[in-house]
Amino acid sequence: MTTEAFVEIRDVVFRRDQRVIYDGLTASVPRGKITAIVGPSGTGKTTLLRLIGGQLKPESGHVCVDGLSVQSLKRSALFDLRKRMGMLFQSGALFAELSVFENVAFPLRVHTDLDDDLIRLVVLMKLEAVGLRGAVDLMPSELSGGMQRRVALARAIALDPEMIMYDEPFVGQDPIGLGVLLSLVKQLNQALGLTSLVVSHDLQETLSIADHVIMIANNRVAFQGSPDVMQTSGDPLVHQFLHGNPDGPVRFHFPAPSLENSVS
Amino acid sequence: MIDWIAGVGRSTLSQLSDLGRATLILMQAIFGRSNVGVHWHLTIDQIHVVGVLSLSIIIVSGLFIGMVLGLQGYTILTDYGSEQALGQMVALSLTRELGPVVTALLFAGRAGSALTAEIGLMKATEQLASLEMIGVDPLRRVVAPRFWAGVISLPILSLIFVSVGCLGGALVGVSWLGVDSGSFWANMQASVDFSEDVFNGMIKSVVFAVVVTWIAVYQGYDLVPTSEGIARATTKTVVYSSLAVLGLDFFLTAVMFGEV
Repeated sequence: MTTEAFVEIRDVVFRRDQRVIYDGLTASVPRGKITAIVGPSGTGKTTLLRLIGGQLKPESGHVCVDGLSVQSLKRSALFDLRKRMGMLFQSGALFAELSVFENVAFPLRVHTDLDDDLIRLVVLMKLEAVGLRGAVDLMPSELSGGMQRRVALARAIALDPEMIMYDEPFVGQDPIGLGVLLSLVKQLNQALGLTSLVVSHDLQETLSIADHVIMIANNRVAFQGSPDVMQTSGDPLVHQFLHGNPDGPVRFHFPAPSLENSVS
Repeated sequence: MIDWIAGVGRSTLSQLSDLGRATLILMQAIFGRSNVGVHWHLTIDQIHVVGVLSLSIIIVSGLFIGMVLGLQGYTILTDYGSEQALGQMVALSLTRELGPVVTALLFAGRAGSALTAEIGLMKATEQLASLEMIGVDPLRRVVAPRFWAGVISLPILSLIFVSVGCLGGALVGVSWLGVDSGSFWANMQASVDFSEDVFNGMIKSVVFAVVVTWIAVYQGYDLVPTSEGIARATTKTVVYSSLAVLGLDFFLTAVMFGEV
């Protein structure tokens, strides 16, 4: 089955200082599907989300979102495009001086003309969806890390965006919270037809809801396809990652000279 | 020798690059998409934070500096039998130099460092990145209101500093040391020219306000988002602002009052 891509990434080269993160990365994110981005730590999964959001620019190559070349957009057009995206940051990134209610209401206040009653209704609905309606008057500092991420999720979906990028949404969640979030991500995708990108190390949980998987390793896309195909893949790199083997084509150690040379 | 020249070149290029980035950030913050109507209340909030909350340190400092000027001025002027000119000396010192300069230095320490730390912490906790992804430009939403608040607040604080300083001078000179009240105030009124002294002092204050607030918001926005980065940027704000204020003060004084 071919699906129109919402995000197209072509031949992207990206470096941080002298360290190569991507060397010709090519991938596509199908529209209206849940795409899991997986891979070993430090391979640039969060970086990929930031390239898609236009917060970073590639050295070469193209990142297109809904047909728009992100790195070619003017500043104002880029901010307009971002209104159609939601992003859940690893840290939650809630506004520290605003209450839970005001954090979720923030995108509605700045981008819509809704009256206060309607904003209150929408905010309470979003908080209800993440199970935190009772925390509406608390400040972010009064919440646990996992609860902060759930509030951040409510804020990310406040404007009903076309695409949501989740950066480690399941970290710090207890089993109940994890289950609720998994079903919420799935429901958002099915009910609203959202395109979802989930970066997560909770492999089994993420693959259970994903329609498409992009695995990044060794500066490139190591695998791209459905979770079922990934589970049965004979690729040694994919096999090593799925089974958590320390030895294999994916390096566990950060590049360094040999131990003998370092010691002597 | 070659290494030394290369080092100087690298350092110069780095400074120029910083200046260019700071200019771009300021331009994008104040000349981006118009949002005066939407963001005026944010500017008012920031005027409260950087201006109103700096009032106590400005009033107390102004009072003591005025009192010290009164005391020192009286001691010197008495030697020449001209203690009646104390009001003139206190007022001119404050309006031309001490008011704008000391207020700007205090502002850099009290409000400038706080602006840098606040913006830096927002960057370190991804709040600025979060704003960007919500489709809100942090330069317009966070940096611009703080910049304008600083530019508006500092000249007003400077005026308050000068006024309180004059009262401090009168308190010591007239109430304590016995200088004639009429002479003190009449001399002050006769010698202080509005355009020559007060207006030039205000121009200095506006220039210092732009420079100090610009340095503060740039250092916060451009810092390395770690605890050490925030500490380093906060220190830079105070050091760079102080040096810039003192250097610019000499330049402006030479232009305004330099003709012999």
